[in-house]
Amino acid sequence: MIFKKDLGLLVLILLVGTVVAIINPRFLLAANISNTANQIGLFGIIAIAQAFVIVIGGIELSVGAIVALLGVLFVDLIVNAEVHWALAAVIVVGAGMLMGLVHGTLVAKMGMQSFVVTLCALLIYRGSARYYTEDATVGFGFGASFPTLEWLTAGRSEIFAPLARLAGYDGPTIAVPHSLIVLAIVTVVAGILLHRSVLGRYLYAIGKNEEAARYSGIATTRITIAAYVICCGLTALSAILFAMYTRSISPAVHGNFYELYAIAAAVLGGFSLRGGEGSILGVVLGTVLLQVLQNLVNLLGIPSSLNFAVMGSVILIGVLADQQISRYRRQSAAHATRLRASQERAGELAAGRGSDTT
Amino acid sequence: MTAPFLELVGIRKSYPGVLALDGVSLSVAEGEVVGIVGENGAGKSTLMKVLGGVVAPDAGVIRTDGVERRALSVSDAMAAGIAFVHQELNLFENLDVAANVFIGREVLAGGFLKLVDTRTLHRRVLPLLERLGCDFGPDTMVDSLSLAQRQLVEILKALSLDARLVIMDEPTSSLTIAETERLLRVIAGLKADGVGVIFISHRLAEVERCADRVVVLRDGSVAGELDREHIDHAAMIRLMIGRELKARYVPPAQAPGAPALEVIGARTRLHPGRSVDLTVRRGEILGLAGLVGSGRTELACALFGIDRLLEGTVRVDGAPLDIHHPRAAIERGLYLVPEDRKRCGLLLDVSVAENIALPDLRAYASRGLVSTAAERTGAERQKRSLGIRVPDVATAAGTLSGGNQQKVVLAKWLAMRPRVIILDEPTRGIDVGSKSDIYTLLRALADSGVAILMISSDMEEVIGVADRIAVMHEGRIGGELERAQFSEQNVLRLAVGSTALAA
Repeated sequence: MIFKKDLGLLVLILLVGTVVAIINPRFLLAANISNTANQIGLFGIIAIAQAFVIVIGGIELSVGAIVALLGVLFVDLIVNAEVHWALAAVIVVGAGMLMGLVHGTLVAKMGMQSFVVTLCALLIYRGSARYYTEDATVGFGFGASFPTLEWLTAGRSEIFAPLARLAGYDGPTIAVPHSLIVLAIVTVVAGILLHRSVLGRYLYAIGKNEEAARYSGIATTRITIAAYVICCGLTALSAILFAMYTRSISPAVHGNFYELYAIAAAVLGGFSLRGGEGSILGVVLGTVLLQVLQNLVNLLGIPSSLNFAVMGSVILIGVLADQQISRYRRQSAAHATRLRASQERAGELAAGRGSDTT
Repeated sequence: MTAPFLELVGIRKSYPGVLALDGVSLSVAEGEVVGIVGENGAGKSTLMKVLGGVVAPDAGVIRTDGVERRALSVSDAMAAGIAFVHQELNLFENLDVAANVFIGREVLAGGFLKLVDTRTLHRRVLPLLERLGCDFGPDTMVDSLSLAQRQLVEILKALSLDARLVIMDEPTSSLTIAETERLLRVIAGLKADGVGVIFISHRLAEVERCADRVVVLRDGSVAGELDREHIDHAAMIRLMIGRELKARYVPPAQAPGAPALEVIGARTRLHPGRSVDLTVRRGEILGLAGLVGSGRTELACALFGIDRLLEGTVRVDGAPLDIHHPRAAIERGLYLVPEDRKRCGLLLDVSVAENIALPDLRAYASRGLVSTAAERTGAERQKRSLGIRVPDVATAAGTLSGGNQQKVVLAKWLAMRPRVIILDEPTRGIDVGSKSDIYTLLRALADSGVAILMISSDMEEVIGVADRIAVMHEGRIGGELERAQFSEQNVLRLAVGSTALAA
């Protein structure tokens, strides 16, 4: 499941990390690493969600709005409607999957472009979230406390502590945020689903050549809808985590631009917006790189207003470099093929089309 | 006769593996209508590309008004007054007639804004509209015009360029009878004005009516020319065929069995007014011949569930098949090897093994997870039995030669125990060696009890491989031939719509 592209990305992350660590050693502080890991966990899930739609050549622009609307819904359900949080979580994820079902149906059955469908969804969800709360910030009141839920979603555990003790070290260890653990689980499941399962193969096949997939008897409509359901379902899961992390939600700004973070991570991770390419590991590494860059802006004293500009430049350069490298690789491969074909032909002539040696 | 306006001498053009034009000479005088006929693949389209300046010939001379050139460029062709009316029209549906006629040559109303002077454009188009007797105006939007009217717009464009030679490629293939009549009148009008016309058509009756001279192409060279008084169906067909057949027929091991595929009253979108009936029996190879545009591919796609079948019944092994999606056909063992291998048959940058496994992926998976090992073993087995020449089944399918790609497409289905296989142009663009491999394979498949429907425009292939031939003509079966009646002449007669068979 490890691809050349992923390795390149890993090297880039280590390189950037080393440079930042040398310039500002605070980068390596346990607290800083733990915070960055939390961000990676949160944003990694929406990036993986996005990957399921991008792999079939679609796009999901309503990610940020879903995070806002379902976040508001989740908080409202447990704070005001006093629904048990587990039930609320099920409702929210169910609502997310329903959104995906609608998006997927509009794209696959009605033949609409995914950009248009999800752009409209973005506007509708964002508007609904603001109307729902009358543009007010919703959050957990002072006394409100949901210890299990909070521990599950926003807690941190020093899971490396026992290991460290064994090694004879009893200082503080990095507190691993639970969002990162959720991401790890999502990564493994999504990785197996996308890279090993029948469904994953179908998703790639549709992304590469939908026509050929249809001629091979694949139910392209159903599989396309499934991609959107998975995407929006995972986004709903992340909406819960984001809500529990921020603890208060202003529906006008909560989750703004998150779809772009997700798309950027997927593109950095080797996904082509034309579909049919990319790996889950790449998406996670793409998220890591983006968050390390954010951290770099903070730690190196770069004005935070430049945040987006730095990110944009790195993505642009990264994708450009990757494209040039793969073009070069394709050309040399094509050359090798031509060479082989001509040798084959020459061999055929020599053998007078006698034996079939393969 | 006046001196020829256009003269081609000894034009040669070869593509890798094919000699498309082999010393073709052709001349057209002012006001002369020259018909060009020939089978699919005889070299007509390459010749037109040479005239349009799209393709440069390898050898030969092109003379326009006595000026000699080795090759024409697109602008040379336009400057010389050569205009095209393509089979697929190149119009902008979102613009009106006048804008289309003057596209790229708009009259500007001065000023630095460079606004288009719509009024002048309309004024200039009007006389041309009258000359052709058009029933639409300069400000009619093209998307509201019928196909025949759009064709007239293309001719208007040619006239506005002061074209001296208009080349029409299959202009009547999708026109109604009345529209065809009007087009023939327009051609007569052009001729009267001294404009030369090259009329390429499969419809011999129309060629017979409008051409002053007919040039027959066969296998890239001129098989013969017929003057006005010698133009007739039989003479043209005689010149179009007459090669020796190279594919050697291998008879089936046993007599064909029960009907495996029965098609009753099938209507497709291309020819909604006509319906097809045909039957393919177990162990039989039925060749489906016909001209391009006769509706064969559409029939195949409808039988497989890619397109909608407007009406009709399809039975596989006697039981009716409800086709709404390829899966329905696949479940019953009815498979299609599509015409466009690269677009519909394969995932080009995916490995051979994954391509072969794709239609039956669940068979290679346990609990939803695909076993790459099983996939590999399956692909290796197919590679050996079909003789797919690839060092490793993990190689991307797109890097293989055409013949080997086609074998991979076949392997997709052969791994799934077919009952009926429809092949659409199974050997198009494939080298001779792979061709004969595929023929051997088809015969072996048929002998194992599979019913095979082979769509082919390659006469040699149809006659050399099929046990029986059905010939399609404009959306229906024009006739069927048993082996004793097999001849190029008979196939061609049925394909162009004649009914009388030669003995």
